[in-house]
Amino acid sequence: MPVTYKKIASVTVGAGGQAAITFSSIPSTYTDLKIVASVRNSSTTAGSFPTVFLKLNGSTTTFTGRYVEGNGTTASSATRTDSFLMSVNADSSTASTFSNLEIYIPNYNGSTNKSFSVDGVSENNATLSYAQLTAGLWSTTSAITSAELYFSANNFMQYSTATLYGISKS
Amino acid sequence: MTTKLVVDCSTGVVEEVELTEEELAQREADAKAFEAAEKERKAEEALRAAKKAELLAKLGITEDDAKLLLS
Repeated sequence: MPVTYKKIASVTVGAGGQAAITFSSIPSTYTDLKIVASVRNSSTTAGSFPTVFLKLNGSTTTFTGRYVEGNGTTASSATRTDSFLMSVNADSSTASTFSNLEIYIPNYNGSTNKSFSVDGVSENNATLSYAQLTAGLWSTTSAITSAELYFSANNFMQYSTATLYGISKS
Repeated sequence: MTTKLVVDCSTGVVEEVELTEEELAQREADAKAFEAAEKERKAEEALRAAKKAELLAKLGITEDDAKLLLS
């Protein structure tokens, strides 16, 4: 049976935190990519759920998207003109909780624009917490060779993790 | 010093790399945009809550009553 789902790389943030997590020199041997991450932002602002963004091949432009969310009291959706992935736990959330998210990028080697989907939830022992589904598009035809998760402010806290998987046609 | 973790998928080597001037500037611009968007979102939420409270008061019912009517 062929291996169709393989871990390419995995990383855990150490003490002091990091502003971003980058996977570089992504091999072109797969059909699709999947990033699975468990993250917490170091913001201590009460009620804050900072946005984690995606950078592809070092680019933050030509991204568009739409997300739908439930936040404990209301359901809503909105259009984005940036590389929004999801709203994640800050350090003001319940202690030791992390958000989890999965980013799926099909046909990352193709010569068409690159779509991606995100499925994520934040964890918080309070009314406010998010479940979000995001559909994103990077309107660029280059093959993806690097992918970065980043915050616009503060850092990924210690013990945040990200793993990149390669998925092949069986 | 602001750094990021870079994993080279061809070698598996993980490096801590300092952000470039360009990345730092981008981060600052993103932070300002995020702050403005958050302010706008909170203002919209507050306005919606105020309108809701006003309507409930006008109707003379509680939020639970309204939920019951809509269920």
